[in-house]
Formats: sequence, C-alpha cells, structure tokens
Amino acid sequence: MTGRLALGLAAILLLAFLLSPESFAPLLRPLTRNGAPPVYTQTSLLSLTFSHLGMVAGAVLAASVLAVGFGVLVTRPFGRDFLPLARTVASVGQTFPPVAVLALAVPVMGFGTGPTLLALFLYGLLPIFENTLAGLTNLPPQVIEAARGMGMTPAQRLWRVELPLALPVILSGVRLSAVIALSTATIGSTVAARTLGEVIIAGLLSSNTAFVVQGGIVVGILALLIHAGFRWIEGRAAGWTRARS
Amino acid sequence: MIEIEHLTKRYGALAAVDDVSLTVERGQIAALVGTSGSGKTTLLRMINRLVEPTSGRVRIDGTDTAALPPHLLRRRIGYAIQGHGLFPHRTVAQNIATVPRLLGWDRARIAARVDELLELFQLPPAEFRDRMPHQLSGGQQQRVGVARALAARPDLLLMDEPFGALDPVIRAQAQTDLRRIQRELGTTLVIVTHDMAEAITLGDRIAVMEQGRLLQYAPPREILTAPATPFVARLIGRDERPFHLLSLTCVADLIQPGEAEGPPLAPGASLRDALSLCLWTGRAALPVEGGGVVTLEALRRAAEGRSP
Ligand SMILES: Nc1ncnc2c1ncn2[C@@H]1O[C@H](COP(=O)(O)OP(=O)(O)OP(=O)(O)O)[C@@H](O)[C@H]1O
Ligand SMILES: [Mg+2]
Repeated sequence: MTGRLALGLAAILLLAFLLSPESFAPLLRPLTRNGAPPVYTQTSLLSLTFSHLGMVAGAVLAASVLAVGFGVLVTRPFGRDFLPLARTVASVGQTFPPVAVLALAVPVMGFGTGPTLLALFLYGLLPIFENTLAGLTNLPPQVIEAARGMGMTPAQRLWRVELPLALPVILSGVRLSAVIALSTATIGSTVAARTLGEVIIAGLLSSNTAFVVQGGIVVGILALLIHAGFRWIEGRAAGWTRARS
Repeated sequence: MIEIEHLTKRYGALAAVDDVSLTVERGQIAALVGTSGSGKTTLLRMINRLVEPTSGRVRIDGTDTAALPPHLLRRRIGYAIQGHGLFPHRTVAQNIATVPRLLGWDRARIAARVDELLELFQLPPAEFRDRMPHQLSGGQQQRVGVARALAARPDLLLMDEPFGALDPVIRAQAQTDLRRIQRELGTTLVIVTHDMAEAITLGDRIAVMEQGRLLQYAPPREILTAPATPFVARLIGRDERPFHLLSLTCVADLIQPGEAEGPPLAPGASLRDALSLCLWTGRAALPVEGGGVVTLEALRRAAEGRSP
C-alpha cells in the first residue's frame, strides 16, 4: 500500500516536472554555481523523454519478438540441436560492452538513433531469451503430457498451454531488458541520439550538477514506474497461481 | 475393441514392455496391475501413441493405430493421466471442455456437457465451474481429470491410477459411478491401478505385469483361484484371497429358501458384506430382501473358491 502511494507520488512529481520544469528551478538552484541555469532548456525535457522511451520501447519490442521467437524454435523437437549454440551467441552478445557496440556501429550507421537502437536491441536479447528458455523448459511435465494426450497438435500445445504458462517468466525477462535499456539509452546521446542522456552529459560538460541530477532523477523514476508496471502485468499473467478471493 | 499384438518398448537395454499381447473386447474393462516400474503406464501410453512402440502393433476396432495421425487418434481416446495433469491456467469448465473444443463442438453443447459431467462427479456446477485447479482438493482435481477424459464421450478410455488420491468413501463412489457410466455408454476401458481390490471390483479381466512381461490375463475369479505364477499369487495377497473372491459375487446368487431374524440385506450387496455382517452380529444366517436367506455355511463354501 505504501509502495503504491510512493509510486503514485513519484509519477505525479515526474509529470509535474516534465510539464513545467521551470517551477522546479528554485529547488535546483542550490546545485548550480556561478549563476548557471538550474533547468535544462536546450531541448524540451518532455520531448527528450518521449524520444528516450520510444527508443527503449522499439528496441525492447524488437528484441522480444526475436528472442521469444528463437526461444520457441530451439525448444521445439527440430530445434533442440541449436539450443547450446543459441545460448552461447546470446551470452557473448551480453559480454560486449554497449559503448563498444556504439563505437563499432557509428562508422557503419552514422551518428544518431541507429547505433543506439542497435545497442539496446542487442542488450535486450539475452534476458528475454534466457527467460523464454527457462519458462518453456520448466513446464510441469504432467500438464504437457495431458495436452498431448488430449490430442492437441504441437502448435495448439504451444499457444494454448506452453506460452500461457511460461508468460510470467518471459515477461520478467522483458522487464529486465526494459529497465536495462532505459539506463543504457542515456549513453546514446554520446552519438547524438536524442535521449535523456543529453541532459546528463550537458551537465557533466558544463559542471552543472543540477542538469546531472534532473536527468538522473527522470530516468530513475521512469525505471521505477516501468518496473512496477511490468510487475503488475506479470502478476495478472500469473493470476492462476494464486487464490482469487 | 483393442487388440495389442507383440507390443514391445525398449529404453536402451531395458525392455519397459516386453512382447505383450492382449485383447480387450468392446465395452469391457481391463485392469492393469503390477509392481511399480513393471511397465503399466508405458503399455497404456502406447495405446494412444504417447509412446511409440519399438515393435508390435495396436489395433482399435480393427484399425492399426500407426495409420492415423497421433493427435486425431488421441481425440477419440479418453485419457486420465496419473496425477490428473489439469491445465493450471484454465478453469475447471475450460479443462473439461478441452477435447470438445478441439473437436469443434458449439458453445451450448459444450456448456451442457460440462455441467452434466460435474453433476455426475458430485461437483455442483455453480460452485465448481469457474474455479481454478489449485482451488480444488486433490480428490476433486482427480475427479475433474476423469471428467475431462470422458468429455467427448470416447469409445475408449485409458486411465492411469485415476483414484489414487481419493479417500475410501469417495473412491468407492467414484468406482461405482465409473462402472455405471462405462456400462451405460458401452465404453471400453483400460485402467491401471495399484489397488488389487479396485482391479477385482472393476475389471472384467485383470492383466498382471512384472518387469515388462504379461504374466496372466484372465477374469478376476481365475486370477484368484488359479494364479499363473507365484508372483501373481503374491501380488493378490494370500490373506486377502477369500475376501476378494466373496466381493466378486452378490447375495442374490447365493440365496437359499428359509427365514432368519434381523433387518434384510439388499440382493445387490456383495458376499463380502454379508460375511462381515454375519461375523459382526454373530448370526449364522441373514434374511434377504424379497425372501430367502444367505447362510454362513454357504458363505464359507464360496470363500473357498467353489462356485456358489
Ligand atoms: N522415457 C523413459 N526413458 C527410460 N526409461 C523409462 C522411460 N519411461 C519409463 N521408463 C522405465 O520403464 C519402466 C516401466 O515404467 P512405467 O512407467 O511403465 O512403470 P509403471 O508400471 O507405470 O510404474 P508405476 O506403478 O510406478 O507408475 C521403468 O523401469 C521406467 O524406469
Ligand atoms: Mg505408472
């Protein structure tokens, strides 16, 4: 209950700040020196937030489709042979630092949104893939046996039994990816992608702590809200495991 | 009718089922018994091809099951799994409706069928229809599992220890219900059980398995009076034999003319019940509803395996 209240307050605070950053100027002024501006005004914070979220959503969505798709393929009888290979590729992808992905992608894709999306996408794959595998390989054997015994085709088993039962686990992988992507996206502004990282970097370059703090807090609250939102959806998807009274 | 011919399943060096042949006539019940690991479940699952045989074949009403696509074969065969295997994310009604939905029945027909089955298994539909499996007791889950197997009125029903989690009272009731439903619909039933008494009361024939082999396949009376091997005799339990024999016959078959004191016995009661009553009340004869008596003497002869 207190958790919800805190979340609600955080959401209201965030909204108020994004809609009218100027009214928070008095609060932020003590963090500035030499009369530097307390609120970032180069670009509208609201539009930066939308662009930031859009990039995260796009990358996570694409990563979800691919990772769940692959997870399903390598757990089918014909794909089992590829399971170890797919696992290796996905974890190698994860050990590659995001900055390196940006550095390598820029010469090919140029500055802007492209390299950032690519980095977020690659980074999002592993948690979703791992969780899809965990969800699809740890199903209660008797339930799968029953589904076969009732005469469901492999596709019917997948859609009606396996995916619904694995959904909560898959969703928690998506949540993890989304939260990671949200913070990783900030470094995208080093290659000129329009994200909230812009505010933080501007603050670092001009030694303006107020910018760094406001950028960080906006990203932090967004991460909290996304996390909570996913937890709520996961709970709904796993509704059958708890008593509904 | 199920014809199983030289059916074998090997897992590496182990023959889980070893050259088993048996026939279950249409509308009959075959009970599979044997120690744990003797191959009962494997044999059962080869009938609906959840396990593919290493060799041998199964024919249902003359058709080789290997000739049909497995999922279509399975929709025609009811299957109640060891430990129920209900879909945890579906309500009781949705679970029961699984096969009818796969077969494309319309909504109204499915809803009516679900309620009918819930009634049959003493689970009031209004109360149970929309519950989730985890909101049921173990025994209720098992009954829903059996109801699900019966939903599309299959001609052939396979059951793997369906009543394991039921208490004796509900278990006896479930057995009676199953027997009644099976007789009414003319369903052919193969049931795996660990409970010899259940095999004897339900089975038209009992198949005794040990280490993948079929030791004996015969009517209960024959299994009891002429066990094929010492193992079969041991499995029945020597101490229990007279009581099992008595439970096979009902009072009506042993009536003699005469009169006796006390409340009368139903003609449908088993001789086992009659003996128990004689011993408990210390009487040598019991009156039967509609006239006549059963005597302790006659019961004693029946318990020795002589035909009444
Ligand atoms: N998929 C499998 N791979 C290897 N061995 C198996 C497999 N399935 C069953 N077995 C073996 O086959 C034998 C028969 O198993 P089965 O499940 O048919 O026994 P059961 O008679 O049903 O036993 P229970 O009464 O305990 O259920 C056992 O020794 C078992 O370990
Ligand atoms: Mg078994």
